Amino acid sequence: MTKVLKIFSDATLEAMEEEMQRDPSVFVYGEDIIKQGGIWGQFKGLHNKFGDRVRDTPISETALVGAGVGAALAGGRPVVDLHYADFIGITMDEILNQMAKAHYMFGGQGKVPLVLRAPDGVFPHAAAQHSQSLETWFVSIPGIKVVIPSTPENGKGLLKAAIRSNNPVIFFENKKLFSVKGLVRDSEVITPLDKAEIVHKGEALTIVSYGYFLGEVLKAVEIAEKKHSSRIEVIDLRSINPIDEETIIKSVKKTGKLIIAHEAIKIGGVGSEVAAIVAEKAFDYIKKPIIRVGAKFSPLPFSPQLEESVTTSSKDVLAAIEKLLV
Amino acid sequence: MTLNKDKLIDIYYNMLRIRRFEETVKKKHGKQIIGPAHLYIGEEAVATGVCSNLLREDLVTSTHRGHGHTLAKGANLRKAFAELYGKETGYCKGRGGSMHLAAFDVGMLGANGVVGGGFNIATGAALTQQILNKKNVVVCFFGDGASNRGTFHEAVNLAALWNLPVIYVCENNGWASTTNSLDSTAVVNIADRARGYGIKGITVDGNDVFAVYNAAQKLIKAARNGDGPAILEAKTYRIEGHFLGDPQKYRTASEVEEWKLNNDPIERFLKAIRATGEVSEPEIENVKRRIEDELEDAVQFAERSIVPTPEDALEDVYAKEAAR
Repeated sequence: MTKVLKIFSDATLEAMEEEMQRDPSVFVYGEDIIKQGGIWGQFKGLHNKFGDRVRDTPISETALVGAGVGAALAGGRPVVDLHYADFIGITMDEILNQMAKAHYMFGGQGKVPLVLRAPDGVFPHAAAQHSQSLETWFVSIPGIKVVIPSTPENGKGLLKAAIRSNNPVIFFENKKLFSVKGLVRDSEVITPLDKAEIVHKGEALTIVSYGYFLGEVLKAVEIAEKKHSSRIEVIDLRSINPIDEETIIKSVKKTGKLIIAHEAIKIGGVGSEVAAIVAEKAFDYIKKPIIRVGAKFSPLPFSPQLEESVTTSSKDVLAAIEKLLV
Repeated sequence: MTLNKDKLIDIYYNMLRIRRFEETVKKKHGKQIIGPAHLYIGEEAVATGVCSNLLREDLVTSTHRGHGHTLAKGANLRKAFAELYGKETGYCKGRGGSMHLAAFDVGMLGANGVVGGGFNIATGAALTQQILNKKNVVVCFFGDGASNRGTFHEAVNLAALWNLPVIYVCENNGWASTTNSLDSTAVVNIADRARGYGIKGITVDGNDVFAVYNAAQKLIKAARNGDGPAILEAKTYRIEGHFLGDPQKYRTASEVEEWKLNNDPIERFLKAIRATGEVSEPEIENVKRRIEDELEDAVQFAERSIVPTPEDALEDVYAKEAAR
């Protein structure tokens, strides 16, 4: 199997091209995607290849998501780019009361194959309104799927699977991930929407993470493993709705120790849900208190010194590992 | 009035079918039918006049007051009643109820519990028609109250910009829930707002089914031919309260009586066709009988139907994924 080095942005562009080629009912729209090619070039050249199936839109986030629901109910497979996930609040009724509910409340009469691409996470020095990780809001909304890629390869694979899904999928892609390089299989890449992946095997401790922050976790693990000569298991959730409980429980039963680490705010974060799952289903196996690593409970400040103090990084992960490995 | 006899009978059938459906819902409410229900009595000419111009493949989105649109689009009475009864045999298998009634088999994409929730859905459904080169038209029913939602602005702007085949039909019944439109809406005619988007806006007497029919015909034909969206405003009146059980403290009984006595859309229609003699009395009676039979059958069907199995409550949270 050949693998080619690509940046995340290009890998997801390939996913778009391949799926639009494969299925004429797939189309994409959003703000600034024709001439600009998307903020991170993730749509560059797409309009030249697919014409009217690639559209620039007014700054009307509510309409973009709501029209996506209607387009999907009527037989289309729209992909909607939200520009920044920070603006997802504007669209919440369309997500919560229309997108997530239409299939269920109409008794399965219609389906909503709609993908929302939502670039999230810290955009350095952009401050409070452009640097959020809001994925935890969507953990307890039934009827939607929520995936968060961590590499160019699973970015491509998850996006393709999301486009082929018969359900609405929110695809949170971290803003810092677009320029990250990684090896991508040359053949067809489809990543399941509901399965976590063990990206690093170990016995001493389990770390659950996802998205861009997985890179920070792996940095910390490399340092810690050298120091302690023990192996740490790292799980990439990839999906937070649903959460792959089986993979987590199996690992925690083996290691007896758990850290959940994410870029999002710690309080009420995905880590809280994962900790609760483990407390409910593997309580007797836990040897040390579960540790959650996440951002402080504050809007993101502008000044770099303040920004660093609020966000989390591999240093915090390392400190948590130290607590559990002593 | 240039409609042929079959069409006239069809229009009468549809208006009366809605009226009798709603009267039956009222009778059963609090007993076999529970939960919020918003009746369409008094507004039958709007759904009927518009939907009489639609093909089965055309699509509509509806509101919280959705029974009339569902029936006018041709929904099955048995499945509609069964849904209101919360039965497994209902359109939504008892998952939706009155406020989320939908009939996808006849292109009715759903009532909506959120006021103004249909604008974007209709617009997107029209976008799919355009992208997939289909000739179908989408109608979005909405109320005067909903026209004050931001969704109205975003959706109509987008539809105008992309020249989408969608007609926004405003049922201006003068009341946004329990607040008079004079106290909630800055314009008298909702159709005037069309000018802000560079599209056509027409206001008609919504209790005159011929006026609604003719205006809708023009706009739907134009949309089907690629001339883009329009707003059709039908001035009408809600005879029942906002919901069944509404104490209606906000309006006088005489106001309601005045509309009932002098402006009932079904009575006005009958008066008009009787004046020309195009439809005979036996033919009118025949329609009434047909509807009563259909109703009785539907009610019995709903009452006999099984309730959903509690173990199946989580079914349909997600659509089945096709094999890749």
